[in-house]
Amino acid sequence: MSARIRPAFSQLRPRQRVQALLDPGTFREILGPFDLLESPHLPRQGIVPQSDDGAVIGRGTIDGVSAAVLALDGAFQGGGVGEVSGAKLAAALERALDDRRSGTPTRVVLVLDSGGIRLQEANLGLLAVAEIHAALVELTRHGPVVGVIPGPVGCFGGMGIVAGLTSHLIMTRYGRLGLNGPEVIETEAGIDELDASDRATVWATIGGAQRVTTGQAEVLVDDAIESVVAAAHQIWRTVPDAHPPRAERIDQAQRMLAAFDHRWRPTPAEFTAIVTREVP
Amino acid sequence: MQELTFVYDADDILDRPIHVGVVASGDLEIVMLPDPGRPTATIALRTSVDGHGARWQRVLDRFFEHGAFRARYEINDSGATPGMVSLRLGQARELAATNPPPAVAP
Repeated sequence: MSARIRPAFSQLRPRQRVQALLDPGTFREILGPFDLLESPHLPRQGIVPQSDDGAVIGRGTIDGVSAAVLALDGAFQGGGVGEVSGAKLAAALERALDDRRSGTPTRVVLVLDSGGIRLQEANLGLLAVAEIHAALVELTRHGPVVGVIPGPVGCFGGMGIVAGLTSHLIMTRYGRLGLNGPEVIETEAGIDELDASDRATVWATIGGAQRVTTGQAEVLVDDAIESVVAAAHQIWRTVPDAHPPRAERIDQAQRMLAAFDHRWRPTPAEFTAIVTREVP
Repeated sequence: MQELTFVYDADDILDRPIHVGVVASGDLEIVMLPDPGRPTATIALRTSVDGHGARWQRVLDRFFEHGAFRARYEINDSGATPGMVSLRLGQARELAATNPPPAVAP
């Protein structure tokens, strides 16, 4: 019997990821590469821009229901969100919010592959991410928002907060989720705190399997296109519209915090043991 | 970053815009926009590696030797090797000549 190699979701380009999540043939891109709406800030700093500024905004349907699927391009500037890509995301979410408010059910999926705010665009990136956060808080009051963290970049910084503001997070084992990335922690707090080159420890701490085991994400899937798409569709089929966003589930976080003495540095395994006891 | 411009004679009509590649290390992005009214392929190139104008000229001369689409090319390069550049140019041309257009984005 020959094993069939299943194509990996994490190996798809962002535009292909969006297409895979939408019903076949329904993908319609807003402000795509042919609009050449690129970052005005990068060329002035001697950095080559990209025609879509690293954000793909797709509209179409999921199971026949109107949908907005947004994806960041982890290969361009580490998926960093700048003024233009951030505005594209914020505007697409605000449009989805208008649709939901006017009674049109709208499915929203974010494919997050991003190191956070693009440092070259500083405050403009921060402002855009703040708009994305505000739109998400309002959007999740009217129904679920699904986040997907496939890897390879993972999801950090302001986009890590975006992940926290969704109602459901799907991760592969390859994906990572955090506020500060491992390299930042090593640089700021020293190699005793975290050795960013120690992949086993990094993934045991912030990888998809650990995040799902400890309740920081909902669904762990194989990194196969069909598995990721099936997991996203499954959420829309089974979840009531009133499902609370992650950011409102604070009793879970409070129980976790109460269980910890900040002077103690648990191993990932000890952390898992405590969290699964306190947050069943 | 260096900006370069090239112009080649062109006869073939491009019936839709084309996009391939990504501005990632060792790679490049090519956008082709139809420009049927002018008998040229105009290439606006931005590259992260300065000082290789002559090399670009040779790679592009060879590529456009056997014909070109009437189009405005936007090329955003992040240090691709000449081999990579030729592959992406070939991919863009192949997509432009594929009918009907493929259903899945490249």
